[in-house]
Amino acid sequence: MHEMGIVIHLAKTLDQIAVEHHVTRLGSVTLSVGEVSGIVTDLFQDAWRYFSNKNPLLAGSELKLEVIPAITYCDNCHKTYETVKYGRTCPHCGSGETWLVQGNECIIKEIEAETAPDPSGADQEV
Amino acid sequence: MKIIELKETITASNDRDAAALREELRQNHTLLINLMASPGAGKTTLLDRTIRDLKNDYRIGVIEADIDSDVDARKLEQLGVKAVQAHTNGMCHMDAGMTRTALNELGFEEPDLIFLENVGNLICPAEFDTGAGRNVMILSVPEGDDKPLKYPLMFTTSDVLLITKIDTMSVFDFDPELCAERARKLNPSIRIFLLSAKTGEGMEAWEEWLRGEADKWRG
Repeated sequence: MHEMGIVIHLAKTLDQIAVEHHVTRLGSVTLSVGEVSGIVTDLFQDAWRYFSNKNPLLAGSELKLEVIPAITYCDNCHKTYETVKYGRTCPHCGSGETWLVQGNECIIKEIEAETAPDPSGADQEV
Repeated sequence: MKIIELKETITASNDRDAAALREELRQNHTLLINLMASPGAGKTTLLDRTIRDLKNDYRIGVIEADIDSDVDARKLEQLGVKAVQAHTNGMCHMDAGMTRTALNELGFEEPDLIFLENVGNLICPAEFDTGAGRNVMILSVPEGDDKPLKYPLMFTTSDVLLITKIDTMSVFDFDPELCAERARKLNPSIRIFLLSAKTGEGMEAWEEWLRGEADKWRG
């Protein structure tokens, strides 16, 4: 349920991006998903498969998910550690004064697409 | 095929819609409060009491978001305020688009203060900006003081935490100071009020905050 809601919003954002970049065909979408972002990647793929078939832009395109590892920083000893393994307590010094540095993201990293020529020439070719 | 680099958040289109809606509400001098909580935390009971206390001073509207029913909207309409039922079509949260549709139905020119009672859940509503001016979350005592540890994003995105049903404190193992400390660690600027909508204890401080905010928006 939660994943489906996110897919619907992703589709809306992609529709806008497609207009901005004069996309004529979408090959793939790559998302960077944080390890502790709350998105279950398998469920997300299922939701994508279900929903993308109903959307003319997304139909037939591939969803690629890249996981960003979760890293926590310790305020007390100034070291970082793996969030999923140790949680909120720093494994180096035992302090609870810790903060998530990365791993909560959910970002559209890039898309692979065919585009119509843009008169302003603003698109970057990579 | 070429690669187009984006680095845009998934909910970017919703974020833009929400920002536009918030600006319209600001120009219209209407404060929209997004009220979030678990099912059974007492959102409707809190609203009922709050509306009774404020309805003589503010023009109030209510949007009830439920997956599929209008029980709560009917209950609040009996207080003499305008209430509309927003249907989320099975989704577990309200987004800016759904909020706008509901506001159009409610008519947002008239009210000074509109409460959006979001879908009961502590996860999804926190991820989608509704366009509200202030986010308020309810945590009721029976739910436990460990909720900031389990649903951090909800505490991070809320401006106010209402710890409710404090009349049941003696029955449950709830440490309000520990809960506040956990919430402030996630969100140092969060305002915390302890209250019971049933006995009325603590309602005054929350309503004073609410009046202050509504007056600021009313200008």
